[in-house]
Amino acid sequence: MGIEQKLGTMGVVTHRLEDLVNWGRTNAMWPLGFGLACCAIEMMAAQGAHFDMSRFGMELMRPSPRQADLMIVAGRVSRKMAPVVRRLYDQMSEPKWVVAMGDCASCGGVFNNYAIVQGVDEIVPVDVYVAGCPPRPEALIDGIMTLHEKIRSEQLKDWA
Amino acid sequence: MIEEAIAIIKGMATTLKVALKPPVTVQYPEMKRPVSNRFKGRHELKRYENGMEKCIGCALCAAACPSDAIFVEASENSDEQRYSPGERFASTYEINMLRCIFCGYCEDACPTEAIVLEHDYELSFYDRASAIYTKDMLLVDVPVNGMDTPRTVEPGTFDRSIPDMENPK
Repeated sequence: MGIEQKLGTMGVVTHRLEDLVNWGRTNAMWPLGFGLACCAIEMMAAQGAHFDMSRFGMELMRPSPRQADLMIVAGRVSRKMAPVVRRLYDQMSEPKWVVAMGDCASCGGVFNNYAIVQGVDEIVPVDVYVAGCPPRPEALIDGIMTLHEKIRSEQLKDWA
Repeated sequence: MIEEAIAIIKGMATTLKVALKPPVTVQYPEMKRPVSNRFKGRHELKRYENGMEKCIGCALCAAACPSDAIFVEASENSDEQRYSPGERFASTYEINMLRCIFCGYCEDACPTEAIVLEHDYELSFYDRASAIYTKDMLLVDVPVNGMDTPRTVEPGTFDRSIPDMENPK
């Protein structure tokens, strides 16, 4: 897009800028308030007082996809729901990330049948998969920590 | 008038009482809340006290698995290359952590108590392929006084197709 992509990893200035932007992205990442099944209960618990995801800058679940940075696909996605999930993803503004929470969102889990999408990565690009059925709130937070690690290693020249 | 004032004071007293309580938040990545003893987390393949593997490759866990997350391939034990006390051992043992629903049916099905669901729940992956745990990742370390597998044993030491088991406590 600009000079920062031509410079690549060469300069001190772009390197610091990278750190700053990645810091900003990891510490103010608002998830989309979007639950599909039982995993959503654990996602709500993760936002509750005992686990409190707002410690990581996830102050609130945004009901509007246009204000959200992170989509947590919490639950099994049925074939009928798949276009809706895709539409919500398309409505989110860049940069955006997706966490497939739980077995069903990751690969269909126990529902190996025609009605369930066998992994939400068929419809949206997934950054982190969290195993568990459903994952504990701690496991979800661990997945988000993994995502933060991934974002911290992102480089300026790869930004669109 | 006075009733309303009392109501406000009552309400604010509750607010003050709660505000002075210590927060309930567990500072998760630094502090971990202990899980219940019966919690089912990531699997482990156990060993006997002498280091021999408990798994005999019968694949009953794979048969019991409701989500088909387990894949077992068995091979024959020999006295030169002995992994488990039985006739066979698991040469390939894979669990797809993203398929597994941690129900514990594999644990119930296992005749030698080889597979146990332990307390590790931090399972997040960047891609689906890395969610498949192989035997090396699942098998526990060799106990202090034990020997690693495979090992060479005297012929005739293990003559039973089904290994002797300790009585479950």
